[in-house]
Amino acid sequence: MTASTLDVPAPTGAVGEPVLEIENLSVDYGYVDDATHVLRDVSLTLHRGEVLGLAGESGCGKSTLAYAATRLLPPPGLITSGSVHFTDRDGRRTDVLRQSDAELRASRWRDTAIVFQGAMNSLNPVYRVGRQIADGILAHRPGMRRREAWDQAASLLEMVGINADRLRDFPHQLSGGMRQRVMIAMALALDPQVLIMDEPTTALDVVMQRQIVEEIADLRQRLGFSVVFITHDVSLLIEIADRIAIMYAGDIVEDAGAEEIYRRPRHPYSSALLHSFPPLRGERRELTGIPGAPPDMHRLPPGCPFAPRCAHAMDVCREVRPGLTATALGDRGAQEAARRVACHLHDPASAGAHGLPPDLSR
Amino acid sequence: MSTSATDPSPAATERDVPVLRAVGLTKHFPVRGRRGAVVHAVDDVDLTLHRGEVVALVGESGSGKSTIARLLAQLMPRTAGSLELHGRDATVRRRRGFRAYVGRVQMIFQDPFGSLNPVHTVRYTLSRSVRIHQGRLRGAELEAAIERLLERVRLSPTERYIDKFPHELSGGQRQRVAIARALAADPEVLLADEPISMLDVSIRLGILNLLQDLRDRLDIAILYITHDIASARYFADRTAVMYAGRVVETGDSESVTQDPRHPYTQLLIGSAPDPDDLATRAHGARGEAPSLVDPPAGCRFHPRCPFATDVCRTETPTLIEVAAGRAVACWGYADRADRPRLGDVLDAYGRRTDEGGTP
Repeated sequence: MTASTLDVPAPTGAVGEPVLEIENLSVDYGYVDDATHVLRDVSLTLHRGEVLGLAGESGCGKSTLAYAATRLLPPPGLITSGSVHFTDRDGRRTDVLRQSDAELRASRWRDTAIVFQGAMNSLNPVYRVGRQIADGILAHRPGMRRREAWDQAASLLEMVGINADRLRDFPHQLSGGMRQRVMIAMALALDPQVLIMDEPTTALDVVMQRQIVEEIADLRQRLGFSVVFITHDVSLLIEIADRIAIMYAGDIVEDAGAEEIYRRPRHPYSSALLHSFPPLRGERRELTGIPGAPPDMHRLPPGCPFAPRCAHAMDVCREVRPGLTATALGDRGAQEAARRVACHLHDPASAGAHGLPPDLSR
Repeated sequence: MSTSATDPSPAATERDVPVLRAVGLTKHFPVRGRRGAVVHAVDDVDLTLHRGEVVALVGESGSGKSTIARLLAQLMPRTAGSLELHGRDATVRRRRGFRAYVGRVQMIFQDPFGSLNPVHTVRYTLSRSVRIHQGRLRGAELEAAIERLLERVRLSPTERYIDKFPHELSGGQRQRVAIARALAADPEVLLADEPISMLDVSIRLGILNLLQDLRDRLDIAILYITHDIASARYFADRTAVMYAGRVVETGDSESVTQDPRHPYTQLLIGSAPDPDDLATRAHGARGEAPSLVDPPAGCRFHPRCPFATDVCRTETPTLIEVAAGRAVACWGYADRADRPRLGDVLDAYGRRTDEGGTP
């Protein structure tokens, strides 16, 4: 890559402190009587320099969570409660949900940038890609000269591995993978601290997907931003994410280190989801997937939303919705103690004599 | 795996005749506004489907997989090549011939949201298909036929689904209705064009297991088109890998995925996410599939291939047999002096994880 010659600011801000704190966020689609609760009291913290994976099936609320946290949710989406705090590199903490329009406008892209789902179609087909990048930079740096902005666009393109003479191309002249890279370059234009990527590789084939994912990992290492990576492909997440939050029907059901989730899933849904991908290597075995279908968010059953499809469901699961709490195996060390899971099996009071099934207590 | 291998019954000879066979299948699309220019979507592809066997066609988007499915279903004319059903030429020219052909070769599409008419109920959709393919059934007979179909795709109790409109069903249920509609014709061949890629992750395996079960019980031949080579390994008996309109490797699914021979297949396998094996990754691979309007001369993979030599740039490789039932279209396996020396694609693409660091 030619990008190593680029002048890159050193990562600032201590690694590990929270950048984006989402607390008890609830989102409804529709209004009072007929509202569909698509997010219910979701709490999630993104730390500096971390890649956080958000996994789940379509309609489970993973994109809604990202858009709500950045206030990009289009109507009829409505944030009904909760708070979102963003912490600056100098430690200044702002409440995103209470920012005025002007503040919001200034902080978007500079603090939090998004690569949208279907980035192939997010570029304007009638403008050259260089102009589209430059326009964005100029909107945030009013004093800057257009020439400078184009130069910066050129170095951004080179940073993501595209030759700078592609600046004068129209989007249709670029391949899918290159358009995706342009979107990433654009998102990084103002050196954001949080990069949200909504299914950035879904439309690409695996070879290109790997190139893009490597690119992101590389850039993160050099620029030191945090990433929220949204996808339904859990096996991809395990490779690139530090931590994974698994969502089901508008709830986070498990939140733990990537390796931990893969080796030792604690929630029946995480475990079943991992077994829904046929392995490419190793033993060939019969797989079943998960019986049933994801629930209708408009008519959620009481209790745990996964209960109708769960092999370990108990009576309490059909009545009481479990909260995100510590696992039943918290005495196994610090890593285990830091994990969170929303399942009655981990509550000693309700799990009763059965205890944890063996596939969830490895 | 196929159960037919150890069965020496008299039916075995009949099994040797493929149900559907395509030889030299080619499709060129004209490019609008450029006289004489064509997109080489599919070039010289041979494919055979046997009873009770699943063949997977794997490749990235734009490699010509879906075009092959449409050619086999005769939804569009081919540029060159022949198509045989049970050893006899199957080319259809008129509507009646096409109807008869469709009764034996059915297709399932990728998008169950688009392939079912939203204004009709499940009952209507299926009764159309039943009445076209099984004669003019009426009343109780028709009802029984529809119920049989729904049970066959595990949509039971049937009365819960029969009067539903497509929008009242989930993606997986819709795809099952689409499969039931195809089964109404009692086909010998099922062409499944990415049947699971639009479905939720947790229900994909359910559809694959259903298709596997139909193959076993009804002894149909299935062409499974996918971009996900791991699912091909799980579901298919044989796998053919496509690159830029040509088949580059064929063989039984297990050996193609565990011991890929063509550099492209190796790259494909090395790029698939696999949490168990983070070290053997094709890191630093560059480049993308070529334009099919002016495809590269010789091997179409040569611009990206780390081992390419002059032979690869000038002569087109044909499928060369490398082991029992396995063939690879790569000069590296040819018996000639100027052949390229193949190495490990993972090494050739630069760095592995353990070396680490920035490039």
